[in-house]
Amino acid sequence: MAVKTGGCRGGRLSVRAGLYRVLSLLAAFCLLAVLAGGAGAEKKKERVDAITEAVGILQSAKTAGQGSRENQRALVALTESGARALLPILAGFQKATPEGLNWLRNTFEQIAETLRSSRKPLPVAALRAFVLDTANSADARRLAYDTLLSEDATVSAKLIPGMLNDPSPEFRRDAVDLLLSEAAKAEGAAATELYRRALAGAVHEDQVKTISESLRKAGEAVDISRHFGFVTSWKIVGPFDNREGKGFGVAYAPEAEIVQDRPNLDSEYDGMNGKVRWQTIETTDDFGVVDIAKQIENFKGSAMYAAADWSSPAAQTLQVRLGTPNAWKLWVNGVLAFEREEYHRSTQLDQYSVPVQLKPGVNVLAFKICQNEQTQDWAQKYQFQLRVCDGTGVGVLPGPVVVRNGVSRKTALNKGDAE
Amino acid sequence: MNRPAVKSVFLMAVCGLLLGSVAVRADDWKQFRGNEANSVATGESLPTELSGSTIAWKASLPGRGVSGPMIVDGQVFVSASSGYTQNRLHVISIDAESGMQLWQRQFYASGRTQTHEKMSNATPTMASDGQRVFAFFSSNDLFCLDLKGRLLWYRGLGREFPNASNSLGMSSSPIVVGGILVVQVESDAEAFACGVDVITGETRWQIQRPRAANWTSPALIPGRAGRATQVLLQSSKGLTAVDPETGKILWDFDKGASTIPSATVAAGTVYVPSNGLTALKPAADSVEQLWNSGGVSPATSSPVVAGDLALVLNSSGVLNAASLQTGERVWQLRLRGPFSGTPVFAGGHLYLLNEAGVAFVVKLESDKGTIVSELDLGETILCSPGVSRGGLFVRSDGHLIKLATPK
Repeated sequence: MAVKTGGCRGGRLSVRAGLYRVLSLLAAFCLLAVLAGGAGAEKKKERVDAITEAVGILQSAKTAGQGSRENQRALVALTESGARALLPILAGFQKATPEGLNWLRNTFEQIAETLRSSRKPLPVAALRAFVLDTANSADARRLAYDTLLSEDATVSAKLIPGMLNDPSPEFRRDAVDLLLSEAAKAEGAAATELYRRALAGAVHEDQVKTISESLRKAGEAVDISRHFGFVTSWKIVGPFDNREGKGFGVAYAPEAEIVQDRPNLDSEYDGMNGKVRWQTIETTDDFGVVDIAKQIENFKGSAMYAAADWSSPAAQTLQVRLGTPNAWKLWVNGVLAFEREEYHRSTQLDQYSVPVQLKPGVNVLAFKICQNEQTQDWAQKYQFQLRVCDGTGVGVLPGPVVVRNGVSRKTALNKGDAE
Repeated sequence: MNRPAVKSVFLMAVCGLLLGSVAVRADDWKQFRGNEANSVATGESLPTELSGSTIAWKASLPGRGVSGPMIVDGQVFVSASSGYTQNRLHVISIDAESGMQLWQRQFYASGRTQTHEKMSNATPTMASDGQRVFAFFSSNDLFCLDLKGRLLWYRGLGREFPNASNSLGMSSSPIVVGGILVVQVESDAEAFACGVDVITGETRWQIQRPRAANWTSPALIPGRAGRATQVLLQSSKGLTAVDPETGKILWDFDKGASTIPSATVAAGTVYVPSNGLTALKPAADSVEQLWNSGGVSPATSSPVVAGDLALVLNSSGVLNAASLQTGERVWQLRLRGPFSGTPVFAGGHLYLLNEAGVAFVVKLESDKGTIVSELDLGETILCSPGVSRGGLFVRSDGHLIKLATPK
């Protein structure tokens, strides 16, 4: 009995001891688990930090080939991180230099290629979410989309229809293409409606031409010039001497006023053929072409100056996109934005894109255009087309007339007397 | 070990080191117009009877291009551009034997992408030093990749020099000399040539060039018999030889030259498209004109020297053969032009592709040229072909095609 009782007692004791042991083991296990977890989290954090650091290096890749070795090391580190690095790389596009974009893209492609060849899954859901977030870099979103598309051809039908007004011109183009395919199969009012919708998203010349042609055939009015944001009304003065191309670098009297942001439309100047004054030149061309040769005269070996007001409701960075077969200089509010001395190597819409910083109120766009003395029939154009748009290529129209100090200012030109 | 044995081991070690450091294989076609930029495929044997069965394979390409194929260690490399504004730049590696794509990389253009519709952003042909490949585009974007497609360095020359562009497009193909990639970037508004370090991508030298549109590519006088290699830069002003290591001007021929077809070099003599065709005998720091022949005038294709003949395609699609000694025309052969690419010479035959995609094999003899066979590839071909290991490689906007004797 005693043994039994004792045994009973001893049994209680051993149960308690056993419990203690189990609890101790559990506690130890938990502690280890916590410690291990902590170490794992620490390791994960280190990995994340390493990825962030490597993305940062590539993101800020320098010009002129500087830092290539460091970039190579960062690229290798990221490719070794595998799928975990894909989304951070895409996020890195947002603030990347143009050099950085190419480094990041190459790294992303190599990781994706390795995952595919080893039949490992891509983070499809995360990539899809990245594509749909228009706050992300347009290039990175497109890369994510192309990656998804290479895995699943149905992605296009799922995502593209909602991208008609996307910040990415590539996505817009695809969305417009889809609508054009639908419109081609539709008839009457249904087709017209589809073309109207397509026009709202179109930023490329070929698509706008196709749409406009169809709409006009259907009796619809289309203002292509307004759609693209062309500047259609200019003041122009000239000709000034540009024989032997020597006038490109000469700051004639209007230029002296332009660079001081004080063009005076009432001024009279000494031109190459006598006295000249500012005159109005307007274009009704669909694509905003101001044709000096046809509308005024093809003054061989000459330079002309053109100026226009452009009202901006706020300070903003936009693009001036222009096309001309002639040599040119562009000033915005007296500041030289770009100049190019090339003659008759063709012209097209958006031949040049110049980022410009506009101030709130009336801005002055001033343009110098030069004709040379080539005699070939293909070298007789004397023209330009200029529009204002955002980075996507969507035309931006000037805002309402600015009211400053209670006084409505309709023009910034004629500053000689207006200020 | 006895002395001769030690000597042999030493020599073998030196040879091994030398071979290891020179990664260019004889059967590579490592740049525009071949390893020595002269359109001659030495030791190659290509099919002379072209037919459907000599099309070994046809691989799809992801974009347009005028650039020619480049072959390095069994990989065919070609560049392409795509997108509405041609701002997507592609470098593609394809297995030369099977035609299977090994990898493709895409990049973004940072310079101007506009070109004439006949050209493309991918007009310059790629180059290689055997370990790295260099892809240059009309937008002046320059990429260096390893043979597996990993980026080693990148130069956005279009951004660094924003006025160095041509609204019709740029086409000059860079060449590699030792550790330097020579790049020629010339336009009406800005013009320069530079030597870029193949390892780092940094500029080792840069010289101003005549400010005028120019579509020619650098040519090469190979360094042999104690003579240093010279790189030839052509422009409307003439032809200038520079030291590829330093960019130092060695000599200048100032009688003008074409801005489309480029000079070629054979046996130390330079044949430059200048007032027709002009032969020059260069020295280390001077040059002497041997002859000028106004009767043979290259159109778009560059001249090719084969045996004792200089071969020139004129604007009417006529192949003119001129004597290397005098420049006088020896014979003519009417082909169906126009031609954009430069033909290649292999095994006594000239291989030409017209813009319509018809390949001609012309047997060359001292007194006549004979069309041996023709094959219509059915696609516009504007590139200069590449040759390697019995294969003739050409590209259209849509395909890379290998022609070879059926196995």
